[in-house]
Amino acid sequence: MTTHTSYPQSADALRASDRTARPGATAGQRKLGGVAGWVDDRTGAGKGVGYLMKKVFPDHWSFMLGEVAMYSMIICLLTGVFLTFWFVPSLGHTVYDGSYAPLKGVGMSEAYASTLNISFDIRGGLLIRQIHHWAALMFVVSLSVHMMRVFFTGAFRKPRELNWVIGSVLALLAAVEGFAGYSLPDDLLSGTGIRAMNGFMQSAPVIGSYLTYAVFGGAFPGEAIIPRLYSAHVLLIPAILIGLFTAHIVLVAVQKHTQFPGPGRTNDNVVGYPVMPVYAAKAGGFFFIVFGILALMGALFQINAIWAYGPYDPSPVTAGSQPDWYMWFTDGALRLLPGWLEFETFGFTWSMNIFPGSLLLLPLVYVLLAIYPFVEAWATGDKREHHLLDRPRNNPTRTAIGAAAIAAYTVLALACTNDIIAIKLHMSINDITIALRILLFVLPPIVFWVTKRICLALQAYDRDTVLHGRESGRLVRTAEGRFFEAHEPLDEYTRWKLVQQEIPQPLELESGVDANGVRSPKGKHAALRSRLSNFYYRDRVDAVTPSELEAAHHDGHGHEAIEPHDAPASVGTSAHATEDDMRS
Amino acid sequence: MNSLAARRRHPAAIALLLLLGLLVTGAVYSALAPQRVQAAAAADAGQDAAQGKKLFQANCATCHGLNATGTEDGPSLVGVGAASVDFQMGTGRMPMAAPGVQAPRSDKIKFSNEQIAQIGAYVATLGPGPSVPDSKYTDGTSGDAGRGGEIFRVNCAMCHNAAGAGGALTRGKYAPTLQGVKGKHIYEAMETGPQSMPVFNDSNLDPQAKADVITYLKSMEREGNPGGYKLGGLGPVPEGLFAWTIGLAVMVGAAVWLGQKGA
Ligand code: HEC
Ligand code: HEC
Ligand code: HEM
Repeated sequence: MTTHTSYPQSADALRASDRTARPGATAGQRKLGGVAGWVDDRTGAGKGVGYLMKKVFPDHWSFMLGEVAMYSMIICLLTGVFLTFWFVPSLGHTVYDGSYAPLKGVGMSEAYASTLNISFDIRGGLLIRQIHHWAALMFVVSLSVHMMRVFFTGAFRKPRELNWVIGSVLALLAAVEGFAGYSLPDDLLSGTGIRAMNGFMQSAPVIGSYLTYAVFGGAFPGEAIIPRLYSAHVLLIPAILIGLFTAHIVLVAVQKHTQFPGPGRTNDNVVGYPVMPVYAAKAGGFFFIVFGILALMGALFQINAIWAYGPYDPSPVTAGSQPDWYMWFTDGALRLLPGWLEFETFGFTWSMNIFPGSLLLLPLVYVLLAIYPFVEAWATGDKREHHLLDRPRNNPTRTAIGAAAIAAYTVLALACTNDIIAIKLHMSINDITIALRILLFVLPPIVFWVTKRICLALQAYDRDTVLHGRESGRLVRTAEGRFFEAHEPLDEYTRWKLVQQEIPQPLELESGVDANGVRSPKGKHAALRSRLSNFYYRDRVDAVTPSELEAAHHDGHGHEAIEPHDAPASVGTSAHATEDDMRS
Repeated sequence: MNSLAARRRHPAAIALLLLLGLLVTGAVYSALAPQRVQAAAAADAGQDAAQGKKLFQANCATCHGLNATGTEDGPSLVGVGAASVDFQMGTGRMPMAAPGVQAPRSDKIKFSNEQIAQIGAYVATLGPGPSVPDSKYTDGTSGDAGRGGEIFRVNCAMCHNAAGAGGALTRGKYAPTLQGVKGKHIYEAMETGPQSMPVFNDSNLDPQAKADVITYLKSMEREGNPGGYKLGGLGPVPEGLFAWTIGLAVMVGAAVWLGQKGA
């Protein structure tokens, strides 16, 4: 964007050919001209757009995962509009008379018949249906990976906690939106899913049956559920998704994007490309790449072959009925919960074999997700703003928590596929279920421990590299005939990345007793907090300080002179000092 | 004439032609084949059974006993009928290669059709049991696919999956996929109920109902996979895995590639 500059002009003659703005010209016309100016005059949008265009966006492939989610969502919306032209959201009865021979003359709902119609008799219908479904799956996949990227780099820290919460709500809504869509065609598989949802709601203590009646408009299956899911799927949830997503993006712009540490990148700047023209061109191009990939998936790989399942009917059940992947973990929890958890008191049935998996787990997972930034901030007492990302290894405890959570989630999700695993790997479904029950409790702690050790080892390796240089692969023979590998010093740019991190000290326990010897009410909290802080930062590998680096360089022959890196360094370092020293 | 010529190019024309071809071959086959078999069977039924007994004693007696009355390693075959033998041997399940929870289907069939028929004839002499079905029920075109689909979803989908892709049962047992199984063997499976599968005798599902089921399964096969590669046909599990592996890898690959392009 160029701004208007006026030059001092001395002679009138020079002005003769000046084109002064005609009296009628408005501010917008002068500044932008043409259509943009016309719009600006009427809306004042120019300022906001200009602000966005001047934004600088750092380049890293992992920052584009959010974009993949965004584009997949947009493609879902576009293809979804096409589908609404022909889909009939009704459980009214009809007899199929379309071109799919195996179902000719079969009685079914209008919803199912219209989905078959889209698949076999509407030009391009099957392709659009398949793109829509693949885009929905990739939407949730990419937003999950985007979320992992935000988590493991600590991008959720102040001031971005709010955006993290918005993101968590988006993630939950995306799953609900997907489930609603998946249920619409009323084939045997999705009908089984609705039946399961019906059962889940009934498992709610006390209010279960009332809740089900309200949602289904009477006894299962009734006629109301498909039209209701339809309005949720095409109207209600997309509206909330778009609203929240806009807030999400605006917040990214206002708060500026985070960046990975590197030379010249500080907590107070953003190094990257301005949105206009480079980033916009890239992002625009990326949209078409994502669209292309999804179109290819839709064209080449069959998804949700509803014609093969037949129409829904409450009496048959089918082997191998699973929901789409983002709902696996709840279904998996149900398959793992032992049946003896059901009991009766006060005339009510407490379906504890179903309720925790069906109704508690889903909100619980997303609530835990949403509150994590606040838990970490409180536990570590960190109230500062962070615009520089953490390398995952530099916060071993957080990285280990994330890995353990992913492990637990994966075990639950796999439990939902137990029958497919059994048939594909020729195992007993009973053994798989027992193994997964054990793994659910055993695997996360193991993953936690291993991840943390790996992070600490990587940090130690970084330290080693900074102090001794990188291995050159060159063997040198000493005069005495001994061999050693020559190490080459790092260049400053590489070194910067390895020494910039700030490894916080665990919080000291302030004595919970005030000057008069009275126990302060805060004492208990402080103790808990100090314990949590220790949990986060007790095991540590400190970044190399400038003085250590000096020492390593002056002392020519390496190893002996350096203190073993598994012992905590005694020097109290502050990353800022490092930063200043490195710069000078 | 003109309109016929125009319709010749209609995409449905190919499907129609194929169907017609199948119908004709099916009809011709059912008109000719059984007579030959019957004629042959009548002539040397006794000889077949004798030959079958020899084959049986050489290949099957270790498990099923010299007189097919069963041992610890295999059940008695008295009264299972020629249909059971034809199913078990025709799908490569018998002779069982190794003890296991379930004799698996195998493409390596070690006996000729004639030998299988001979062993079947021998087992049929041991006691009355179902015989190999008439091909007019098993050619996969003589029934009503729509009705067959309804029967299938009510009676078979809970084990074999609504799309016939197969499913797991308890303790390592499984109901196999029904794709590519011959019509004759589908009929025999319903008639004899191998292992954990229930028997669907004629009072449960009459021969026409069985023909409907076969027609349904065969017409599904004829439709193929209009949506592209079917990823195993097992529904959301392979689809989800595909999204998480190939889908994600391609997306990340594109992001990395674009990220490397400078301004
Ligand atoms: C290794 C041992 C073994 C051998 C060899 C063997 N079988 Fe079997 N057979 C079994 C067992 C075990 C079963 C029952 C479980 C099953 O079907 O998997 C069985 C089941 C059968 C059945 C089904 C019985 C029913 O109730 O319908 C038939 C028919 C049969 N066998 C025929 C044969 C014939 C014919 C041969 C020889 C070509 C043969 N078997 C060889 C072990 C064997
Ligand atoms: C209780 C579960 C169950 C039901 C219900 C059931 N089956 Fe089966 N089916 C099985 C099992 C288990 C096998 C495997 C038997 C074996 O390997 O010996 C099987 C095998 C078969 C086979 C042989 C497939 C092959 O690989 O050769 C066919 C065909 C078949 N079933 C058809 C049907 C039909 C048609 C119906 C419905 C009328 C049906 N089944 C109902 C459990 C079931
Ligand atoms: C509807 C789904 C979502 C869409 C379309 C989306 C889109 C985006 C985009 C385009 C960005 C900027 C680029 C980037 O950093 O990748 C972003 C940033 C961000 N997203 Fe999301 N996102 C979604 C879901 C989530 C979820 C589930 C979370 C976490 C719970 C989340 C948390 C964040 C945070 C904290 C940022 C700022 C990151 C930074 O500045 O480094 N988002 N999102």
